Amino acid sequence: MISKLLIANRGEIALRIIKTCEKMGITSVAVYSEADKESPYVEMANEAFFIGGPRVNDSYLNMEKIMDVASKAGVDAIHPGYGFLSENPQFARRVEEEGYIFIGPSPHVIEEMGNKVAARKSMALADVPVIPGLTLKDTSETTVKKAAREIGYPIMVKAAAGGGGIGMQKVDHEKDLMNVVSSVVKKSETFFGSGEIYLEKFIVNPRHIEAQLAADKSGNIICLGERDCSIQRRHQKIVEEAPSTFLSDDGRKKLYETAVKAGETIGYTNVGTVEFLVDEYEGIYFLEMNTRLQVEHPVTEETTGVDLVKWQIDLATGKDIPSLQRENAVFNHAIEVRIYAEDPKTFFPSPGKLKEWEFPKLEGIRYDMGVKKGNTVSPFYDPMISKVIAGGNSRKEAVERLIECLEKAKVEGIKTNIPMLITTLKHPVFQKGKATTNFVNESLN
Amino acid sequence: MKEIKTNMAGNVWKIQVAQGDQVEVGQEVVILESMKMEIPITAEVGGTVKELKVEEGSFVNEDDVLLIVD
Repeated sequence: MISKLLIANRGEIALRIIKTCEKMGITSVAVYSEADKESPYVEMANEAFFIGGPRVNDSYLNMEKIMDVASKAGVDAIHPGYGFLSENPQFARRVEEEGYIFIGPSPHVIEEMGNKVAARKSMALADVPVIPGLTLKDTSETTVKKAAREIGYPIMVKAAAGGGGIGMQKVDHEKDLMNVVSSVVKKSETFFGSGEIYLEKFIVNPRHIEAQLAADKSGNIICLGERDCSIQRRHQKIVEEAPSTFLSDDGRKKLYETAVKAGETIGYTNVGTVEFLVDEYEGIYFLEMNTRLQVEHPVTEETTGVDLVKWQIDLATGKDIPSLQRENAVFNHAIEVRIYAEDPKTFFPSPGKLKEWEFPKLEGIRYDMGVKKGNTVSPFYDPMISKVIAGGNSRKEAVERLIECLEKAKVEGIKTNIPMLITTLKHPVFQKGKATTNFVNESLN
Repeated sequence: MKEIKTNMAGNVWKIQVAQGDQVEVGQEVVILESMKMEIPITAEVGGTVKELKVEEGSFVNEDDVLLIVD
């Protein structure tokens, strides 16, 4: 039983967790930094503790201060939200060692999935497909050509020691391979001091589709549907929807089964997400597993009737899947947009005071708001300040509701990506359900 | 004497120039960190760097002076 819960987070997700606490009769305890003292979540929590300066190391990433509040407030459990300490195995371990329930999977699983190389290895061993690729020390023509043929064209040639896209080049045909390889080897030696290269299959027009898992401590594990999050800018999602317009029945079944297998392989417990890249032929490739609540969890809630935060809490206290409640699924389709405090064209952040922040009351619209009028959006945290979720009997209805809502929204004082979201929602490529992860670069510019 | 100001609040992450350097219009002089993003601040005026008004790690508000050029 949990009667008092500490939320080690801020903004819209803290508020989201408080709402479920209220529903379950759990006393909520918030923590806040200097920059957040006027945030709605601080006001809404049953208790709120000031933990320090606005910098994350002085507040939301400071384990000492957070554990100190847990002890002072006398909580039973800690919910980490997303970001900050949510995927930090040391934090999860410490929470448990100090006698609190950590709302999430075991520290061991967080650790394993947090190491991207180890995660990929354990998935490959369990026959969960990963993007084919291999490291080559020997870059002679025979070796490289043989490896590239095994992987299949097009391929990406990367510096094995690289990062940030430096020395990364696509090859469509074998005739171009050796030219590219020698140029990448040269760059790699200059920038990273190593001539090793990594050959990886290039996924053409990929979609980002992820599967929501729920797993109990008795070994039951189920998939609560998928979310298509292909529309991204700077590798961050901006529009997410359920179900995906792209998957066939067979493709969907394969995705769910693969996700469940991934969860079983690592002994996952609680709520988690397996992210995949899906190619044009519905081939799926494991990207990573997020061992926490996702930002985009509302689209699953709106289409399944599951309160994922309640399930997280129930699963953490040892309840099993068959005993968990589902309310009626309200909508056949749901779409979420993330509102960022940023320039809609350059994506540069735009902190400042919200002189106006008004959104219409409309049927089928859910708001997960992190801010209110008069608040100051500070430069210290992520620019994602709120989410709007639209549900409908059809995808078309959900899209129309969302467009109407965003067009009626009044925001002044900062720049937001709302104009860009409206353009996206009205774009024929999006409306036909044809958007891939290339959408923002190819269709909006 | 001309001032180079920041158009955004954030943490000074890197200073790209030193006192005495010659800067040209459009050159990156400071990189700010704001909302988990690196924001390059470019010089709107050129000249020789007279004085640095900020240091790495300090926090600046919109319109604060970063450096003075001559």
